Amino acid sequence: MACIEARGLRKAFGTTIALDGVYLRVEEGRILGLIGPNGAGKTTALNAILGLTPYQGELKVLGRDPWAERDRLMRDVCFMADVAVLPRWIRVSQALDYVAGVHPRFDRAKAEGFLAKTTIKRTSKVRELSKGMVTQLHLALVMAIDARLLVLDEPTLGLDILFRKQFYDSLLNDYYDRDRTIVVATHQVDEIEHVLTDLMFIDSGRIVFNSSMEEVASRYVEVMVHPDKLPAARALKPIHERQGFGRSILLFETADRQQVAALGEVHTPSISDLFVAVIGNQAGRTPGAAR
Amino acid sequence: MNMQTNAMPSPPLEAHAAVPKVIPATQHIYWALRREFWENRFIYLGPLAVAALFLFGFLIHSMIHPANSMRALATLAPDKQRDAIIAPYDMAAGLLMGAFILVGMFYCIETLQRERRDRSILFWKSLPVSDVTTVLTKASIPFLFLPLISCAIAFVTQFLMLLVSSVVLAGSGLSVARYWEQVSLFQGSLLLLYHVMTVHVLWAAPIYGWLLLVSAWARRAALLWAVLPPLAIGTLEKLLFNTTYFAAFVGRFFTGGPEGSYPPGTMPMDPGTHLTPFRFLGAPGLWIGLAVTAAFLAAAVRLRRYRDPS
Repeated sequence: MACIEARGLRKAFGTTIALDGVYLRVEEGRILGLIGPNGAGKTTALNAILGLTPYQGELKVLGRDPWAERDRLMRDVCFMADVAVLPRWIRVSQALDYVAGVHPRFDRAKAEGFLAKTTIKRTSKVRELSKGMVTQLHLALVMAIDARLLVLDEPTLGLDILFRKQFYDSLLNDYYDRDRTIVVATHQVDEIEHVLTDLMFIDSGRIVFNSSMEEVASRYVEVMVHPDKLPAARALKPIHERQGFGRSILLFETADRQQVAALGEVHTPSISDLFVAVIGNQAGRTPGAAR
Repeated sequence: MNMQTNAMPSPPLEAHAAVPKVIPATQHIYWALRREFWENRFIYLGPLAVAALFLFGFLIHSMIHPANSMRALATLAPDKQRDAIIAPYDMAAGLLMGAFILVGMFYCIETLQRERRDRSILFWKSLPVSDVTTVLTKASIPFLFLPLISCAIAFVTQFLMLLVSSVVLAGSGLSVARYWEQVSLFQGSLLLLYHVMTVHVLWAAPIYGWLLLVSAWARRAALLWAVLPPLAIGTLEKLLFNTTYFAAFVGRFFTGGPEGSYPPGTMPMDPGTHLTPFRFLGAPGLWIGLAVTAAFLAAAVRLRRYRDPS
């Protein structure tokens, strides 16, 4: 069974179309990165998956209709929107009590264990904690829930690099077990690059790119071309060309590695380069420009 | 045919963890209530502060004019004497009732809007607690817990007043027993509870329902949205037809309406008051009001579900 399956998912806010027929399928045990510019529909797609917003089209999450069965679904699905959603008045101990009280799959000892590794005091209120600590607290709560799907929407926005790194390390080491599915939507693509198993780009409410990370590595190749070989390289129809280190860097799709290796230095493109190439090639937009 | 697959829509879900414990609905309600009392400590601190302030004033008053006024009381005619003794107790009850109404209205207009404003609704909705449970729990604060808390605090306040007065009386050699007879603490408290629950909860229910609805609906300035439309209707009516039917209609929810729970012309706190609960419960206006309240709450649940979370 697919963890998430969407067919023709649509959602409009007035005349603005947030989701314009999204088709996606996420198998269980994957870590999917959902990448897109601001206003591309990332959060709307996640809200639909979490049963927070009504939609048109077909959507099944763990075999359930999220809009009709949100309460039931939330026993198996966890989510963390960006850092600032824990109520500011709540004490750390109260947050633990509350989640333990209402969530059947919450393991309090586990959460206490995660918190023991931090400097967070049980008696502190959330408003007294730093942004990084609030995220640590929320992560401790979420990781102690034996969920099957974890949805993260910009989970590290506004955190410093140490906390960001620590965040994904904990997630991978202490949480992910190959049965769980994780969906991360973020702008900060470089940090999650090594974490992901699958990659999706969303733009103007559509999925414009969908591939596993292995496929990315085998299908796409970036070549730092020798200046004298540039015409030959361009003849191979790169999907994107940029300048760097005084050289032209060309990105090819399904290129013959042998053939392009002769043109210059070859490596696997980073997600951000791929993103700029794919989204930048969409009609009518400047590469990387946010709407 | 396999009955088990019928009962469970997707067996793999349940098979995942080693038999997840089932959390009963009562436990959800319990924790939802705990949340309200953690988040809104003014629910009990407000009435407590009012009571403390009043007690402080009463204490000072008793110390400044200790026995003289008590002696003066003894010279009054019995019914006047009784009224004079009772007056501060009625005042305490009235103040706490006022505190209940104000705190209740403030709570209702704030509660559903605030969780959207600070975006904590995304946290609450990430947990398996339904919108119905959340909204009904919130509604139970003005409909049940706040009146009970206020009446309990009124009782304790009046009891402490009685103790203070007794000490003063005993110090000046007057009869404490006669004074206690006049005050009739328990009966008075039960009457207060009856009055609050009938007039200010059941009869006034649409007010709280309306405030909760506006709180769930308004993106900002919920208080204005709650107050301005009725005010506008009242003003328009006055300007166009020079009548005040709408204002009178709204006013009734605050004062208990014509089909009161007491016979006309009696004081609610008077122990001699004849209660007329059947007349009260038989009033169609009450039931229409409760039905409207139910509709308001249903709409609030729906709004909490549909409103875009961020």
